[in-house]
Amino acid sequence: MTFVRRHLSGMLVLGIPLAWIVVFMLVPYAIIGTYSFWSKTYPTFRPDFQFGNYATLFSDPQYLQVLLRTLKISALVSVASLALAYPFAYWLVFRCRWAGVRTWLYMAVIAPLWVSYLLRAYIWKTILGTEGILNSFLMWSGLTDAPSDIFLYNQFAMVLTLTYIFIPFMVMPIYTALERIPPNLAEASADLGQTPWQTFLKVTLPLSTPGIAAGFTLTFCLSFGDFIAPFLVGGPDGNLIASVIQTQFGSALNWPLGSALSVVMLVIVLSIVSLSDRLERSSRVGAS
Amino acid sequence: MAAIIQLRGLSKHYSKTIIGVDDVSFSVEDGEFVTLLGPSGCGKSTLLRMIGGFEEPTQGTILLAGRDVTWDPPYRREVNMVFQDYALFPHMTVGQNIAYGLKMAGERRAAARARAAEALELVGLPDKIDQRPDQLSGGQRQRIALARAIVRRPKVLLLDEPLSALDARMRDQMRIELKHLHEKVGITFIMVTHDQEEALTMSDRIIVMEQGRVAQDGRPQDIYDHPASPYVANFIGTTNFLPAIVTRTGAGRATFNCGGAGVDVLTETAPQAGARVTLGFRPEKTRLLAEGETAPNVLEGRIAEVIYYGLGLRTSVELPTGDSLFIDTLLADTLVRSAIPRPGTPARVAIAPHNIFVFPGEVRS
Repeated sequence: MTFVRRHLSGMLVLGIPLAWIVVFMLVPYAIIGTYSFWSKTYPTFRPDFQFGNYATLFSDPQYLQVLLRTLKISALVSVASLALAYPFAYWLVFRCRWAGVRTWLYMAVIAPLWVSYLLRAYIWKTILGTEGILNSFLMWSGLTDAPSDIFLYNQFAMVLTLTYIFIPFMVMPIYTALERIPPNLAEASADLGQTPWQTFLKVTLPLSTPGIAAGFTLTFCLSFGDFIAPFLVGGPDGNLIASVIQTQFGSALNWPLGSALSVVMLVIVLSIVSLSDRLERSSRVGAS
Repeated sequence: MAAIIQLRGLSKHYSKTIIGVDDVSFSVEDGEFVTLLGPSGCGKSTLLRMIGGFEEPTQGTILLAGRDVTWDPPYRREVNMVFQDYALFPHMTVGQNIAYGLKMAGERRAAARARAAEALELVGLPDKIDQRPDQLSGGQRQRIALARAIVRRPKVLLLDEPLSALDARMRDQMRIELKHLHEKVGITFIMVTHDQEEALTMSDRIIVMEQGRVAQDGRPQDIYDHPASPYVANFIGTTNFLPAIVTRTGAGRATFNCGGAGVDVLTETAPQAGARVTLGFRPEKTRLLAEGETAPNVLEGRIAEVIYYGLGLRTSVELPTGDSLFIDTLLADTLVRSAIPRPGTPARVAIAPHNIFVFPGEVRS
């Protein structure tokens, strides 16, 4: 009794989050894992232990195709985000002379995160659609005569939308990494005879790799699991892995296959996270 | 010897009212150790950064070995800087840090490493070549920063408060090492510091700065023994200032009424009789007279306070006029300690005529 009383507060402080993790994360993972070995007997499924679902995933080319497409889209989103975010963050940290402007521009990048994700994806539908803003503008400026449907419902629209949505997750870690580089390192590099471009390649870029790795991981994994963008702006060839999983649990009513797909996806995402973690740690050895 | 650095009318005005450096001209001889000394905000660091190419002057020119480099970026100047907090590259080993500036010159890897090792030898850390900067102590990092700068054999080495980040003991040691390094490599050193002791012990020449301008430029002894202004006298060492009135002037000497007594001073620049001036003198060149002892220039007063600081005593004496002055006495023998004067007792103070500075006007110390 005294033992319980003495440790009650500690148990509560640690117990509640522990229970939360167990109930809402570990148990669902276990359920998904279990389901992935079950077999399907239409219209339902029964407990089993067999690798049929995994075999289907790796033998049926359509799943492999979706997987590769998802990897491609995610990679494109990450690269596009990096290409836009790095120069922007670099300019904010090293070139912007006014602290007020810097703060406002940084907030301008972060602020969209407070707007519903669904809404932000939906906006692109109204921009890119046949009746959309882009078409209206093109016709108004006389560049085209009739509305075009080439902008919406394709992979380009998906990459654009996902880049727009996830770019804050690229800007934030890069900004933080660049901000942490003491400004006199660039001065020391110039002092030792290196041009600004050489200084960037030899000092700034290597010291900001942890930020790049973190941003890349975040945008990649978030895009990898996204199913709103393909649903709203993706075309007939825009099926991504998350939407396939959703179909398996929904209309296809094949929970075991959906679970197997989820497990594969989880393994991929976790390997990317641990890979980037290792990269970050190795580059931090000297940078601490 | 030729001038390696020549500054001509160099100014840095941030705005009409905010002035960093104001019309500074001086030249530095090849191989000299020059110190820019002054309190923070006097423009000494800005001046150094302009020589290094990190800031652009608003006026004036900088000549490096006779060539105008005023508008050259840092990477095109044959000068190197040791930064205040060293600015070592954290993602590189010590060897890579030192060789960093060598690859540019088209040297092969092996040759660069050999020269890095040589530079490390020079600063006394030959075994650290493969370590990372974060594995080193402050003093070691300081030496790596030095090695990285001198390995390029610059025409001038700039040092921005190089010792300020070190603890007191390390600082004393590095002071001597820096001085020896300067003698060994023969490169011109220009150092910025706010520490007068550092400036006095290390430099061949001190340039004292005041609000962006040069207050005095000279050898350490000259500056200490003949300060050009009360500002310099006050910044370098301690100085007693007493108001005085000129009573008589003669060839090379003058007499003043000061602290209720007549004071004789050896000076070439005494103003006319009746003028108000300020006399300055160093506490350690002021003497408490023993009973019955006589000397020229005796001021009478009362001991106000005695502070013991191990090496000696600092005695504060109050004059009948209300002014007070300090006297430093070395305790060269432990037995002398019994002779420590008591506060409140009368005292007679002597200052030799050649140890007194005359400044025009009144000075608040």
